[in-house]
Amino acid sequence: MSLLDVRDLTVVFQRRGERPFTAVDKVSFSVEPGQTVGLVGESGCGKSVTSLAIMGLLPRRGNKVTGEVNFDGTDLLKLRPDDLRDRRGRDIGMIFQDPLSSLNPVVPIGIQVAEVLERHRGMDRKAALKEARELLDAVGIPDPNRRLKEYPHQISGGMRQRALIAIALACKPRLLIADEPTTALDVTIQAQILTLLKQLVDETGTALIMITHDLGVVAGLCDTVNVLYGGKVVERAARHELFARPRHPYTHGLLSSVPRLDSPRGERLHAIRGSVADNIPWGEGCAFAPRCDNVVDACLEGTPPLEPTATGGDLRCNNPVSEEVAVP
Amino acid sequence: MTESTERTGPLVELRDVKVHFPVKSGVLFDRTVGYVYAVDGVSLSINRGETYGLVGESGCGKSTLGRGLLRLVEPTDGEIVFDGTDVRSLKGESMRKARRRMQMIFQDPLSSLDPRQSVESLLVEGLKAHGLAGDKAATAKRLRDTLAAVGLPASALSKYPHEFSGGQRQRIGIARALVLDPELIVADEPVSALDVSIQAQVLNLLEDIQNDRGLTYLIIAHDLAVVRHIADTVGVMYLGGLVEEASSDDLYREPMHPYTKALMSAVPVPDPQVEDRRERILLAGDLPSPTNPPAGCRFHTRCPWAQPTRCAEERPALREVLDGHRVACHYAEDIAAGRIRPHEVEPELVRPDDGAAPGDTGELIPTP
Ligand SMILES: Nc1ncnc2c1ncn2[C@@H]1O[C@H](COP(=O)(O)OP(=O)(O)OP(=O)(O)O)[C@@H](O)[C@H]1O
Ligand SMILES: Nc1ncnc2c1ncn2[C@@H]1O[C@H](COP(=O)(O)OP(=O)(O)OP(=O)(O)O)[C@@H](O)[C@H]1O
Ligand code: SF4
Ligand code: SF4
Ligand SMILES: [Mg+2]
Ligand SMILES: [Mg+2]
Repeated sequence: MSLLDVRDLTVVFQRRGERPFTAVDKVSFSVEPGQTVGLVGESGCGKSVTSLAIMGLLPRRGNKVTGEVNFDGTDLLKLRPDDLRDRRGRDIGMIFQDPLSSLNPVVPIGIQVAEVLERHRGMDRKAALKEARELLDAVGIPDPNRRLKEYPHQISGGMRQRALIAIALACKPRLLIADEPTTALDVTIQAQILTLLKQLVDETGTALIMITHDLGVVAGLCDTVNVLYGGKVVERAARHELFARPRHPYTHGLLSSVPRLDSPRGERLHAIRGSVADNIPWGEGCAFAPRCDNVVDACLEGTPPLEPTATGGDLRCNNPVSEEVAVP
Repeated sequence: MTESTERTGPLVELRDVKVHFPVKSGVLFDRTVGYVYAVDGVSLSINRGETYGLVGESGCGKSTLGRGLLRLVEPTDGEIVFDGTDVRSLKGESMRKARRRMQMIFQDPLSSLDPRQSVESLLVEGLKAHGLAGDKAATAKRLRDTLAAVGLPASALSKYPHEFSGGQRQRIGIARALVLDPELIVADEPVSALDVSIQAQVLNLLEDIQNDRGLTYLIIAHDLAVVRHIADTVGVMYLGGLVEEASSDDLYREPMHPYTKALMSAVPVPDPQVEDRRERILLAGDLPSPTNPPAGCRFHTRCPWAQPTRCAEERPALREVLDGHRVACHYAEDIAAGRIRPHEVEPELVRPDDGAAPGDTGELIPTP
């Protein structure tokens, strides 16, 4: 049994007087212990809403969540709010893009780590502070003794993200969800944080869901990658497979449109035409059809199904990129 | 308008340009308690028809340099020569004329466009400010041509910024610069707010426009892969100074400054085979504060190759180490030859300075 098994997760936002909007559309994936699973896709494709729904952190009103989020055999969507909060605190940690907004500005970071330890691991203050110091040290915060007493605004963005990771790790979570944890950081700081996350996964065996729009981050980190488009998984593959032979025209287009540091210069980038504003509703066909070079008639006749591939992945496409076509 | 006679050679030359912002404090009196050394002695030149790419991490002074070049912030010191004229000595009408020839594109297309103005009025506004909106028919043609150049239909004229997607808005931002027929475009993070699939469209567009019109670009971006793709020459900034400059190919083939080496090794590459083999140079700690930059080499607090005393005492000049390849490091040759090996660095504590507000690259600065 997987550690996390997400089945047909669907999130529909419904504001009064507005048409319902399906932000996450029957998304299914699973995560094994010690595994890193990537969710990639462009702005608005539903990455954050997926993670918030898993964590039960979506606003109470204005949305409807259906499907199953089985964590270690329990469907989190069926838990009472109190039980869910407890479960979340103990077993699932979360790291967000903007550490400043997820840290309490008026509580020193050491106390914030210690409070989590007291609440979820039943430690007394003294033991909690000692452990907090060790955690700050483990995530590479220099001089943790002094850092214990400092407020979030007194430390840099990179250090704040480390503090947030320390808080997420405080409960020795079995699953860590990181939503664009390095997007707001400089690339040299990003390298520090990604290295740290990789070490944590290796050393603690925690599972990691890595949410990012950056294919480079995924390439270095994730065992399995789910590519989302318009709220649906359009392709899922093992890391090497996905990058060597992207089969979905969107994945293929993304990979050939990003300039690479290590590829020959001077070639024109292969841009995907249009924008997500051109998408058609999934109910009418493939949402990507208006932007797709491979479009065929079937693409406008209902949602293409997500089907298993020969290489152990899944693909939602009527006319995939042939396996011989490499990314330029 | 003055058409230059020279068609080759530098269009822009910066000589020892400095932009320092005073840090004020005090309840009753605004006392200057220090300075943010945002740009601290940068010399570079940009050849006509070429693209100069400026990279570096947040706060290193890229935007301030771009703005200083256009005098959207007043440089503290140094010379800015545009097409043979020292821009800093220009006043009034002659500055206004020079401004038309140098235009800027901003990162966040939405916040740099007035939401209450239609695209037509946005574009005409610039023309009017430069006395170029005289003839109705000619103006209408100019607007249509400009929109066509950025790949928008003429029907876009009557629409408002919020009616466009991010990529289209950036096209409007480009059109607003282009309509004035400039010679130099300074683009500050032109694609960093855009989705990956849209970035390529805008980068291709910038290249097409340059090929059609022979424009000169200064492209400022933190994304090295983007800069490598689009720029002919790349300058790397660290804490207000240029630490390395070379042709795009040379810089990526053989980065010589320790900071450039670290920066490049940190950029993720969307290829697992490359990622699995890569060796990263992880820098210790954070960027020091530009209000209190380290003495000597500004990078010595984080440099894995730093050598005792000299690196902490003497600021290295940007010097030509290889043909057309300038590096600001005392030990560039020794490092390249492997005579000096990298070592561990203890991270130093850095406080985000409360004095200086972070630079906001998104706001619109009206061109007078
Ligand atoms: N509370 C909400 N109410 C209504 N719509 C919402 C809400 N939260 C998100 N959405 C919509 O759901 C869609 C998916 O949003 P989500 O935040 O998951 O995107 P994302 O993939 O995380 O994008 P990004 O890369 O920009 O973070 C978007 O169209 C968004 O506008
Ligand atoms: N108007 C200003 N007043 C005071 N300090 C400023 C001002 N503008 C910029 N700074 C400071 O100057 C330094 C350089 O800022 P700048 O915006 O040029 O950096 P940048 O390289 O463009 O960074 P980013 O990648 O974040 O855009 C920063 O420390 C910034 O806080
Ligand atoms: S289903 Fe059709 S439109 Fe959609 S990606 Fe595949 S080929 Fe393109
Ligand atoms: S001068 Fe010294 S500290 Fe500076 S980059 Fe070179 S070796 Fe490093
Ligand atoms: Mg998100
Ligand atoms: Mg900037």
